[in-house]
Amino acid sequence: MSLPEKRNPSSTSAQSVKAEVFSSSASVAEMEAIAKRLRRHIVTMTGKAGSGHPGGSLSAVEILIALYFKVLKHKPQDPHWPDRDRFILSKGHAAPALYATLAECGYFAEEELLTLRQMDSCLQGHTDCTVTPGVEMSAGALGQGLSFAIGVALAGRLNAKDYRVYALLGDGECDEGQVWEAAMAAAHFKVDKLVAIVDNNGQQIDGWNRDVMSLDPFPAKWQAFGWQVIEADGHSIPQLTQALDKVRKIKGQPAVIIAHTIKGKGVSFMENNPHFHGTAPTTDEVKLALKELE
Amino acid sequence: MAEEFYLRQAYGETLVELGGENPDVVVLDADLSRSTRTRLFADKFPERFFNCGIAEQNMVSIAAGLASSGKIPFASTFAVFVPGRCFDQIRMSIAQPRLNVKLVVGHGGISVGEDGTSHQSIEDLALIGSLPGFTVIVPADAIETAQAVRAVAAYLGPCYIRLCRPKAPLVYDQSYRFKLGKAVEMRQGGDATIIAIGLMVKAALEAAESLKGEGIDCRVLNMSTLKPIDEAAIIQAAAETGAIVTAEEHLEHGGLGSAVARVVARHKPVPMEFIALKDTYAKSGKPAELFERYGLTAKDIERAVRSAIKRK
Repeated sequence: MSLPEKRNPSSTSAQSVKAEVFSSSASVAEMEAIAKRLRRHIVTMTGKAGSGHPGGSLSAVEILIALYFKVLKHKPQDPHWPDRDRFILSKGHAAPALYATLAECGYFAEEELLTLRQMDSCLQGHTDCTVTPGVEMSAGALGQGLSFAIGVALAGRLNAKDYRVYALLGDGECDEGQVWEAAMAAAHFKVDKLVAIVDNNGQQIDGWNRDVMSLDPFPAKWQAFGWQVIEADGHSIPQLTQALDKVRKIKGQPAVIIAHTIKGKGVSFMENNPHFHGTAPTTDEVKLALKELE
Repeated sequence: MAEEFYLRQAYGETLVELGGENPDVVVLDADLSRSTRTRLFADKFPERFFNCGIAEQNMVSIAAGLASSGKIPFASTFAVFVPGRCFDQIRMSIAQPRLNVKLVVGHGGISVGEDGTSHQSIEDLALIGSLPGFTVIVPADAIETAQAVRAVAAYLGPCYIRLCRPKAPLVYDQSYRFKLGKAVEMRQGGDATIIAIGLMVKAALEAAESLKGEGIDCRVLNMSTLKPIDEAAIIQAAAETGAIVTAEEHLEHGGLGSAVARVVARHKPVPMEFIALKDTYAKSGKPAELFERYGLTAKDIERAVRSAIKRK
């Protein structure tokens, strides 16, 4: 397997002309089938790698599908298309979910998924924008993605571009002070083409958020920082697409979708089990999980 | 006596010129725009200026986002807050993806003076210099500052420029041409070489002049591009003069002295001495008093040169 060419983020690709804008006519039922497939990928790839973060990847699956299949303007054959909507994965440990989604959209071959975390793979343990087509930001050190997304949105404003910027954060990640620096700044700069989505699965490595570091009252915090807040069932693709439609109409302030999710969603023994935040399933656990995800 | 100018004033004025020449130049500050002089750009191009408030980590990551979208962001605050406070943000948001962010920081070193330890950045060159791919520049005067700012704007990749708070005496005239990555021979000499950065370049020239009276003929190099360092100039100096003294307003660990010593040890071992802060924080005081207390004067350089020559 060869590494993709090193990216030059400011370059305009010659492919822009011929590459198609991604579109999907998938029904809700079909997207739910895709969700199951992505979950199988996540379990299989982390299982094969022997390490990784299945829990917070499984919780983000429907969010990624709603974005990549129904909301984002993007061209899998031209990841640097200047007019693309940007998706910034701030919770970089959910890389397996993003990689599976990108492969499903055609950014790279599905077989690459099985190289996760191996030497010279284009799929690093946490997202690395220098090697993976479609990854906008190197992440893994939590708390930086929302700030980065503000910069991307401000550049769009200065360049009179119409693109929108979506940043996916973990709820545990919101312990980081920088998230709230960014929340303050986004409202101050009136960055209305920025949407934050919080994968609100309620858990972090050491357990439930409420025991480790309480975020309550979470929606009120965002409101107090000047954001429009919409809550949605983070495993309901119709609810997510509806929320994402709604935020498009908001002018003059940023919006956050708090997507209520379940860590480890879709695999009974991983659900709400913080053990699987950063531990890969064993071979036997992979088998059991795949059976549940048939 | 040489005329003295603020390096940061030269920075602010150059930013305004660059802003007029290139619409992609944008500027960020963290509530210090009057000190850093980014205010000059803000007044002229308010739509391209983002005051991020007292939130340096956020500022640095926003700058990365702007750079990833083709902008040329200059982000400024005091050296002590960048990279100290934002090391992880610089590491992951800027250095790893090699984004085109320019961190231009003021108030480097102990010449900050009376504000004391909290504001005296003496570790910044070690921190920023440790990051793969970062270009690090410490200009010696206002003329070099203006040119270095232009050079980093034209260069694609992450850069750090460290400026000092007080006015600095000119060591160049307008005919000077800064070249990224090239040491400048300020004075020829064959008995020893003094390699200096920032305010210490002037002190090095004074030391060389004084040593001439003792019959010691010193070469003086301004190593304004600290990284990537001009290895050829160092090797040549070691080979031709046989002794090297480095001088910087920074800790001995991880700054100019360390960088030069790596080159010397690998290619042409010769006796070296280091004029720098010795594993200590400084205190409040006037810059000149602090330089005296912590061994950063021309006289200290002279002693170091004699000592290095003795060990040849």
